[in-house]
Amino acid sequence: MKPLDWFRIRIAALFQRSELNADLEEELRSHVEHRADDLERTGLPRAEAERRARIEFGAREKYKEECREALGGNPVGTLMQDVRFSVRVLRKSPGFTVAAVLTLALAIGANAVVFAVLNGVILRPLNVPHADSLYGLEHSDDHMGQESYPNYLDLRDRSRGFESLVAWNISQAGIDTGGDPSRAWVAAASGNYFDALGIQAFIGRTFHAGDEHGVNSAPYIVLGYTYWHSHFQDDRSVLGRVIQINKHPFTVIGVAPPGFRGTLLFFNPDFYVPIVNQPQVNSEFDLNTRGVNWIFETMGHLKPGVTPGQATADLNSVASYLGKTYPVDDGGMQFILARPSLYGDYMGKPILGFLAALMTLSGLILLAACSNLGSLFAARAADRSRELALRLALGSSRNRILRQLLTEATLISLAGGAVGLLGSVAILRRLSVWQPFPQFPVQIPVNPDAKVYLVALALALISGLLFGIVPVRQVLNTNPYEIVKVGSAGVRGRRVTLRDVLPVLQIAICAVLITSSMVAVRGLARSMHSNFGFEPQNAMIADTGLGMAGYSGDRESAMQRRMIDAMRTIPGVQSAASINWAPLSGGANSWNVFTDEAKSLKPSSAAAAPYWYNISPDYFQAAGTTLLAGRTFTWQDDKNAPLVAVVNREFARKLFASDKDAVGKHFQVVLGADIKRIEVVGLVVDGKYQNLTEDQAPAVFVPLLQEPMSQTYLVVRSNGDPQQLAAAMRGRLHDLDEGLPVNIQTWTQLMAAILFPARISTVALGILGTMGAMLSITGIFGMAAYSVSKRLKELGIRMALGAQRKEVLQAALGRPLKLLAFGSIAGLVLGILATKILANIVYQATPRDPLVLAGVVLAMALVGLVATWVPAQRAISVDPLILLHEE
Amino acid sequence: MNDQAQLLPGTLDLLILRAISLGPLHGYGVLLRIGQISGNALLIEQGALYPGLFRLVRQGLLKASWGTSENNRRAKFYSLTVAGRKRLREETNSWNRLAAAMTSALAAQPEEL
Repeated sequence: MKPLDWFRIRIAALFQRSELNADLEEELRSHVEHRADDLERTGLPRAEAERRARIEFGAREKYKEECREALGGNPVGTLMQDVRFSVRVLRKSPGFTVAAVLTLALAIGANAVVFAVLNGVILRPLNVPHADSLYGLEHSDDHMGQESYPNYLDLRDRSRGFESLVAWNISQAGIDTGGDPSRAWVAAASGNYFDALGIQAFIGRTFHAGDEHGVNSAPYIVLGYTYWHSHFQDDRSVLGRVIQINKHPFTVIGVAPPGFRGTLLFFNPDFYVPIVNQPQVNSEFDLNTRGVNWIFETMGHLKPGVTPGQATADLNSVASYLGKTYPVDDGGMQFILARPSLYGDYMGKPILGFLAALMTLSGLILLAACSNLGSLFAARAADRSRELALRLALGSSRNRILRQLLTEATLISLAGGAVGLLGSVAILRRLSVWQPFPQFPVQIPVNPDAKVYLVALALALISGLLFGIVPVRQVLNTNPYEIVKVGSAGVRGRRVTLRDVLPVLQIAICAVLITSSMVAVRGLARSMHSNFGFEPQNAMIADTGLGMAGYSGDRESAMQRRMIDAMRTIPGVQSAASINWAPLSGGANSWNVFTDEAKSLKPSSAAAAPYWYNISPDYFQAAGTTLLAGRTFTWQDDKNAPLVAVVNREFARKLFASDKDAVGKHFQVVLGADIKRIEVVGLVVDGKYQNLTEDQAPAVFVPLLQEPMSQTYLVVRSNGDPQQLAAAMRGRLHDLDEGLPVNIQTWTQLMAAILFPARISTVALGILGTMGAMLSITGIFGMAAYSVSKRLKELGIRMALGAQRKEVLQAALGRPLKLLAFGSIAGLVLGILATKILANIVYQATPRDPLVLAGVVLAMALVGLVATWVPAQRAISVDPLILLHEE
Repeated sequence: MNDQAQLLPGTLDLLILRAISLGPLHGYGVLLRIGQISGNALLIEQGALYPGLFRLVRQGLLKASWGTSENNRRAKFYSLTVAGRKRLREETNSWNRLAAAMTSALAAQPEEL
C-alpha cells in the first residue's frame, strides 16, 4: 500500500465513523423502511417495496450533503473530500504540479531565509535575562558608543536611570598557554559586567565589581564557552590555570555559559578579562585619560519604572555636567539610547535598511510567483471548463467547486511552503556556522525558530489564496449548458483580462529584480576599482601587535624598524613600510584638530576630526599613495625633531580652506592629555579610510618615531608570488621574534571585511535577480504554450490556407511578446525609480548607466527568446491535416 | 399527480412546523401528516424534507430524540420548542395576511375599483 493511500484510508475511517454521519444514515434508513412498510401493506413484496421506497426518496447522497450543510456542514469531512479529490486531480498533471510547487518553494524559501536573518539579527533580543530593558548608550552626533574610562565611571556613578552601567571593549591579544603563541579576541569588561547582565558562570566563577582594586589589579580570565570548547576541549581542570596574555600572567577563574555570546550580536569574544586590566591587554589604552574614547560600548538595564526617555534626560544632565567640568574632552557631549546588540544605530540602521530592502524584493518575488501561478491556474480552469461545467450541471454548487479549486491551490502552496522551508533551513544552518572573515570571530546567528516557521506557513497560505482566487470569476461566470454544448473553445474575447494583466505585473516585477541585481553587480565592480588612495594590488600585509609579545616604549619602534629592514631583504620586494592601521582594514584612530589660530580647544570648535595614522618613512611608496607636494618622512623625524605631518587634500581644504599651499602651515591637535602643534610637510591624494561609502574624510599621517604605537601593519610591495612572499615574510619575522603572533594576507584579502556589505548585497540581489529571470521564463513559457495550444486549430487552418511561418508565429506569439515588452519597460522604469532604496545597500548604485540599461534589455530579450522557443517550435510544426482530422 | 401544487419557496419550513405542532412526529410521519392536512395537494420529494428538518433543528425551533415508532422501528421524533411554537404563530399570521391580500387582489373586479 502506498503511504498516501494508507493515510487517506486512516483519515477517512476516522471521520466516517463520526456520530453525525451514523445518525443521519440511520434516520434516512428508518424513513425508507417506514415507507416500505406502507408500500408492503398495499400488497407489494418486501424487496420491491424497499426498492420503490428508495426511488421515491430521491437523490439520497445529495440530501445527505444538504443535511450536513443545514447543520453547518461537516467541515472536516468536506475538507477531506476536497483534499482527496484535489490530490487525485493534481496527480493527473504531475508536470504542472511539480512546476507550481517548485516555483513556490523557491519564492517562499527566499522569503523564509530573508525573514530568518531579519528575525535573528533585528527581532531577536540578546540572549541575556530581561533583554527588553537593556539599552546601550550612543553619542547623538556620530551614533558611536565609544567612551573613555573616566567618563564611564562618572556616567555609572552619577546617572540614576540604570540599575548598573557596564562597559566593555574589544581587543586582540597575544595568548601563550604554553604552546605556540596565538591571538585571541578579548573582551575587557567592567567588574559588574556579568552580575549586571545576570550571567552565571558555567563552571568556576565570573569576576565581580569587588575584584577591581585599581589598574591591573584583577588578572582573571573568564573563558567564552566556544573558546573553552575549541581550545581546551571542555577540560574542567582549566580552572586555576595561568595563561599569558601579552606576556602578563592571568588566571582562569571560570567559563561563561553556552548561551552567552557576549553583548554584540554577531561577535563572540574568546574570553573576558576585567576592564581594569585593559592596559595589559592593549597598552595604548589607559584608565586615566578622559579624552581617549577607547571603551567600545556602555550599556545597562533600566531601573523598573524608568522610561528610556527619562534615562536619556538623566544621562544628558550628567553629560552637560561633564561638558562643563571637562570642556576640552567632553564639551557638547550628548547621548541617546539604542539596542546594544547591533552597536546601536551605527550598524543597526544600515543593517535594518538592507534587510528591509531585501525583504521587499523577496516579497516581490513571491508576488511574481503568485501571479505566475495565478495565470497558470486560470489557464487550467479554462482548460477544465468542460469538467467544471459538467459538475455544475450535475448539481454541484459553485461554492463547492470554488472551495475545491482553492483546496488545490492551498495544497500546492503548502507543499511549496514545506519544500521551501526545508531548503531554507538547510541554508540557514550553514549560514549560522559560516565565518565570513577568518580574522574575526564573527558569526551570524540566524537559526530558524518558531517565528520563521509560522511566517513561512502564513506566506504559503496567503499565496495559495492569492493565486487560488484568480480563476474565481471565471468559474462564477461559467454557464454549464453553453460549455457542454459548444466545447471549451467557445468565447475568446480580445479585451484585456486579468489573465493578461498578471503576466505583465509579473514580468514588471522580474524586470525590477533584474535591474536591481545588475545595478548591484555594476556597483560592486566599480567599488572594486574605485580610487582608494592606495594600491591594494601587489601589496602584502603582516599585522601584529608588538604589545602581544611584551614590547613597550622605545623597544616597539626599534623592533618595527628591524621588521621593516628584514622585509626589505626579501628578494623581489620593492618597498616595505609600516602603519598602525592599514586603511580599509576595519580600524582607525581619529583625533580632533584645530587651526593654528584656535584659542578654545573644545570638541565643538574643532576644525575636523581626521583619521590619524602613524607611518614609517617609506609608507606612501609601499602603499602606492601619490605625494602631491612637499616631502615624506625620514627616520630623522624622531622625538627630538620638530613635529611634522603629511595630510591629504581634504584635510588641507578643511583646515586651510585650500589645498594649494598647505605645506609649511601648522595645526593643533588634542592627543589624549597633550596638546600639540604640528607642521604640515607634505600633501597626499585623498583616499578611502574606513569604508567605501564614506564621504571624503580628512586624514593625517605622522612619523612613527614621534608617536610610537604597538599596533603594526607591515606593508610589503612586491610583484612576486603572494604565497612565496608570505612564507618569506613569516620566516623573517619568526627569526626576529618567535613569540610574535602575526597574520599575513594580501591587502585585498584584508579589505574583505570592508567589502562584505557590498559583496553580500550583490550576492543576495544576484540570487533574487536570477530567481526573477527564472520566474519570467516559466511565466512567459506557460502563457505562450497555452496560447499556442489554444489556437492550434486556428493556426493549422491558417497554414493550410497558405500562411507563412512568420505570420503563424506572429499570430501565436504576438500577444505574449507584446506583454513581455510592456512588462519589461514598466519594470525597467520602476527599477530606475527604486534606486533610492538600492542606494541603501549598494555602493554607487546608479541605474543611469548605459551598461545596466542595455544589460536589462538584453536579459529580458533573452528571457523572452528562451521562454517562447518551445511554443514557437510547436506552432511552426503544426500539421494542418492531422489537426483537422482530430475533430 | 397533476392536481398537486409545487411548494412556494420558503413554505416548507412553515408546513413542517405546523405538522409537528399537532404532536411529535418522525420524518416519514411529518410527510404523511403534511399530506393528510393538505389533502395530498402538495408535492414534496421525500428526501427534500430532511434538510428542512435539520435546518429547523439548527435554528432551535425543533428538538429531536430517538424513540420507537408505531411500526416498532427505531425512529427520530421531532417536537416543537418554545421558540418553534412562537415562530409558527408569527409565520401563520404573516401567511394569512399575505394570502388574504393575494386573494383579495386576485378576486378584485373592475367595478370595485
